[in-house]
Amino acid sequence: MTKKTKIKDLTDEEFLHYGSLSCAGCGAILAFRHVLKALGENTIVINSTGCMAVVMQMAVPKIPYFHVLFENGPAVMSGVEQALDILGKRDDANLLVVAGDGGTADIGMGSLSGAVERGHDFIYLCYDNESYMNTGGQRSGTTPFGAATSTTPVGSVIKGENRPMEMRKDVPEIMIAHNTPYVATASIGYPLDLIDKVKKAATIRGPSYIHVFSSCPAGWRSEPKDSVKLAKLAVQTGFIVLFEHEDGKRTFQHLPKKRKPVKDYLELQGRFQHLLEDRETIEKMEEFVEKRLEWIQR
Amino acid sequence: MGLEKHEKFIMKAKSTLVFEPGWSEDNLTGAWRSERPEVDEEKCTNCDICWLVCPDACIKREGGKIEINLKYCKGCGICAEECPVKAIIMVREESD
Repeated sequence: MTKKTKIKDLTDEEFLHYGSLSCAGCGAILAFRHVLKALGENTIVINSTGCMAVVMQMAVPKIPYFHVLFENGPAVMSGVEQALDILGKRDDANLLVVAGDGGTADIGMGSLSGAVERGHDFIYLCYDNESYMNTGGQRSGTTPFGAATSTTPVGSVIKGENRPMEMRKDVPEIMIAHNTPYVATASIGYPLDLIDKVKKAATIRGPSYIHVFSSCPAGWRSEPKDSVKLAKLAVQTGFIVLFEHEDGKRTFQHLPKKRKPVKDYLELQGRFQHLLEDRETIEKMEEFVEKRLEWIQR
Repeated sequence: MGLEKHEKFIMKAKSTLVFEPGWSEDNLTGAWRSERPEVDEEKCTNCDICWLVCPDACIKREGGKIEINLKYCKGCGICAEECPVKAIIMVREESD
């Protein structure tokens, strides 16, 4: 990364009105706030259905904002981009699609794939809280192994999400396989890193994809005050690897020198409480995280 | 005929229709709070980390001072948790 943003350089201007209905300690709205700070007021936001669309009620953003269906955010953005292109105003605005992990990994995958393939110039921001939080916390394609959700509860048959660990949908890798010009992962635990990545994405011609790990106290049954701490712990334990991928090269940010044990991350969340006594599963998780860290740095 | 007759309907529809930009500021989300953040100005080093991590942008950093907007602060406590010098403490709200 070229120039690192410092906290004092950031604008004091806010691009969201007060009174959003996000839960106390919401990670997604924190990510959205940082992203809008990075992009500034000349931004058009298309919001696929998800938590963000519900809490915004179409009234919170101070910038052009539109709420569309779960599945067609990138398709609508393709139209917006083409229209601006014909009017000769393409360079005046940053185009941003915001969607949750359900709208990205499951329902909206088709239109995202299509828009990226056609090469439209926009930024796609996926805030990943690892299940469908605003509809009651059902599992999604990015729910990690072992997480208790309302559709994968802990009982005598299954103990939380039971799909194998390595089968979790890894959307950044899918986008890299699409030859997306810029793919990055970020975490709300490292806001300045996120802002740097969004600023970089805005300068890229063509689609760019940013995957933001954002905690959800309501769905993860964690303390609201731990939201940012959890997002940091996810990076420090190796669950999430922060990187940016450009021109076939991957650079890493905040890679843990000495990885913390995954238990530090699990024990703060209600959805993983049943795993804490299960030493075998934790060892398996530890092994998986280690393997993935090795694989991603290959 | 005024809109009074339809007021009930309008209140209901407010969650899906937008009548004016920023009407969400009518939601005084500070009422959700059970604990309120308080800043110890002597300890505060003006690092602005609390300003950066507040999800609801309820912290102002003007003139080297931290000011908390209690009208909208939901009391999540992230600012107190992330403060490197522990200059923010959460105080239980007393009911009137």
